[in-house]
Amino acid sequence: MYQYDEIDQRIVDERVAQFRDQTERFLAGGLSEDEFRPLRLMNGLYVQRHSPMLRVAIPYGMLAARQLRKLAEIARRFDRGYGHFTTRQNMQFNWVRLEQVPDILAELATVQMHAIQTSGNCVRNTTTDAFAGLAADEAVDPRPWCEIIRQWSTLHPEFAFLPRKFKIAVSGSAEDRAATLVHDIGLTAYRSPAGEVGFQVAIGGGLGRTPIVGDVIKPFLPARHLLTYLDAVLRIYNRFGRRDNKYKARIKILVKAMTPEGFAAKVEDEWLHLKDGPSTLTDAHVRHYADFFTAPAYGAADAGELAARRAEDRAFDRWVERNTRAQRQAGYRSVILSLKKTGVPPGDITAEQMEAVADWSERFAFGEVRVAHEQNLILPDVPERDLYAVWQLARAQGFATPNIGLLTDIICCPGGDFCALANAKSIPVAEAIQRRFEDLDYLYDLGHIQLNMSGCMNACGHHHIGNIGILGVDKNGEEWYQILLGGSQGNQAAIGKVIGPSFARAVIPDVIEQILQVFIERRLPDESFLDAVRRLGIDPFKEQVYAQHH
Amino acid sequence: MRNIIDRGGVRDDGWLLLRPDDAGALPPYADDADVIVPLTHWIAERGRFASRLGRTAVWLGADADPAALQTELNLLTLVAIDFPSFTDGRGYSSARLLRERYNYAGELRAIGDVWHDQLQALWLVGFDSFEIKSGKPLPTNANLVRPFSEHYQSSFRQPQPLFRRRINVR
Repeated sequence: MYQYDEIDQRIVDERVAQFRDQTERFLAGGLSEDEFRPLRLMNGLYVQRHSPMLRVAIPYGMLAARQLRKLAEIARRFDRGYGHFTTRQNMQFNWVRLEQVPDILAELATVQMHAIQTSGNCVRNTTTDAFAGLAADEAVDPRPWCEIIRQWSTLHPEFAFLPRKFKIAVSGSAEDRAATLVHDIGLTAYRSPAGEVGFQVAIGGGLGRTPIVGDVIKPFLPARHLLTYLDAVLRIYNRFGRRDNKYKARIKILVKAMTPEGFAAKVEDEWLHLKDGPSTLTDAHVRHYADFFTAPAYGAADAGELAARRAEDRAFDRWVERNTRAQRQAGYRSVILSLKKTGVPPGDITAEQMEAVADWSERFAFGEVRVAHEQNLILPDVPERDLYAVWQLARAQGFATPNIGLLTDIICCPGGDFCALANAKSIPVAEAIQRRFEDLDYLYDLGHIQLNMSGCMNACGHHHIGNIGILGVDKNGEEWYQILLGGSQGNQAAIGKVIGPSFARAVIPDVIEQILQVFIERRLPDESFLDAVRRLGIDPFKEQVYAQHH
Repeated sequence: MRNIIDRGGVRDDGWLLLRPDDAGALPPYADDADVIVPLTHWIAERGRFASRLGRTAVWLGADADPAALQTELNLLTLVAIDFPSFTDGRGYSSARLLRERYNYAGELRAIGDVWHDQLQALWLVGFDSFEIKSGKPLPTNANLVRPFSEHYQSSFRQPQPLFRRRINVR
């Protein structure tokens, strides 16, 4: 993975010093609340219900063992012994103290980490496929490009104060596992028939108040032009994006107003001036970054007693089937450590668990861990012969719930328990659903279902792209929940449709059960839930649910 | 007022910044005063401004298109860009356009909600003087004005992005 050189380190250290000065000035009264807010947000510091929350960047979801150990240490020393992985591959600490944040940042800097631009109206952490470099369907490894974008976006002097936040996702595989079409910019790297690497550029996707799937404005951008093209897009957005209404300030609103074609033409005009300028990448530059992401020293494939173990232990077999993924490297699998154990808020992880994962990554693999945007951890490069040992360890640490891709693998924001923006709680609703659907045979029979929940329309839980989406809403001070059906991420990204009036919290598990009942009764052989919703439309589900509840 | 910062440090400044009232009228000013007038006034009366005794400079609002000044930039010794709020980042792009696309070589001043946390970024995109908002402390420590010793991106001050300089030396 990428290693800082002296300059990268210096920039992060200088950012710590700058933020320390800003925090001290605020505490001394030299900066007002209104002045400090944008400055602290640009460094991932929110003021929440109970205490400030610090969001730490995990660039494109990659962590080294020593970084994970540092996060564990921070959780213990400065928080309450745990952290929370977000849908944007970052980590949040929910119980930090403002005056200690500069010290936390200084600790992070010792392991090449930071909180730069994890919030605020600037270019946020670039996200990607959690299986980058591992997946068999990968055409181009997105990670070097993510690092190139990370550096380009870090403290960009022109784009520190955009109209609103700006999120970029990069995918390099046939299947889009990075939800690129619901990002401000979604880049898909591929090779042209002539073998040249380039990007399909989609623009203006996003969730939040105005959920929309992005439009492709450039089918093939030769990779050397990536940064000049990004500069052109950002400049058009910076100059012309709305600033009068924060709910209309995302780039998607500008793209809609100008039409995707109109926006693309404007970008093209701007780009003509920037194209082939100094930010143009050469093969040597790209190679410099790509060399950080070379394959580790894989050994010969050796499955050991894997087949025999699977045959004799049904629970292990299930776990291998659900919670591990084949890699393009024969003899190795990626282990998905489920952070969706019933009773634990989705994405939460204790310091002890972080240290355990760090140890396993060094003992069994190559000392590297990934964060998936579905809020699970991935231990890549585990030799097949070690899977049984890893399973036993994962079970002991509460990571082995064999539910990856199933109904209980819920994507969920922290919601009203923590977040000041939320209209409703989300964690207890997720837990109620997980408790209702604990029967693994039933879950397996249902097959792949993505259930996503957000506690407000800001959509941190990506409810619009859940096959089943749940959105917390406020009705006269009470928590109610809307249900959406038919959303999906991936190449066929779609925004779910609201099925009707919202429900009280207590009935949500019943509502989900009735929806699933319709699916079970009407599905075709081997038909997934999403395909069934697409085929049937939402009406049959709606009729069933509202016949029961209204 | 001593709230102008440029390469020479903190200094007083003879330029009088004219902001229109709600009706669009400018406050009175002496014919021999050096004034900074809004772009719209400049466009409407540039002949009259040119025949004054004092010098006339132009300031652009955050939403102004710098292209409007393109043909007369060589006549101007000072252009200012207004930041209605420090979180309004449009002026950064305007500055780069003036410098890099329209080759403006005179003084480029940031006015409005400007304080020291922004100075380095403003400098990088092409500003070379700064009117610090009244009530804000003038930076006394060079580290405050220049918190970062290096930047990754191509900018007006350093057109070569870091990756070019970094990889060439290896």
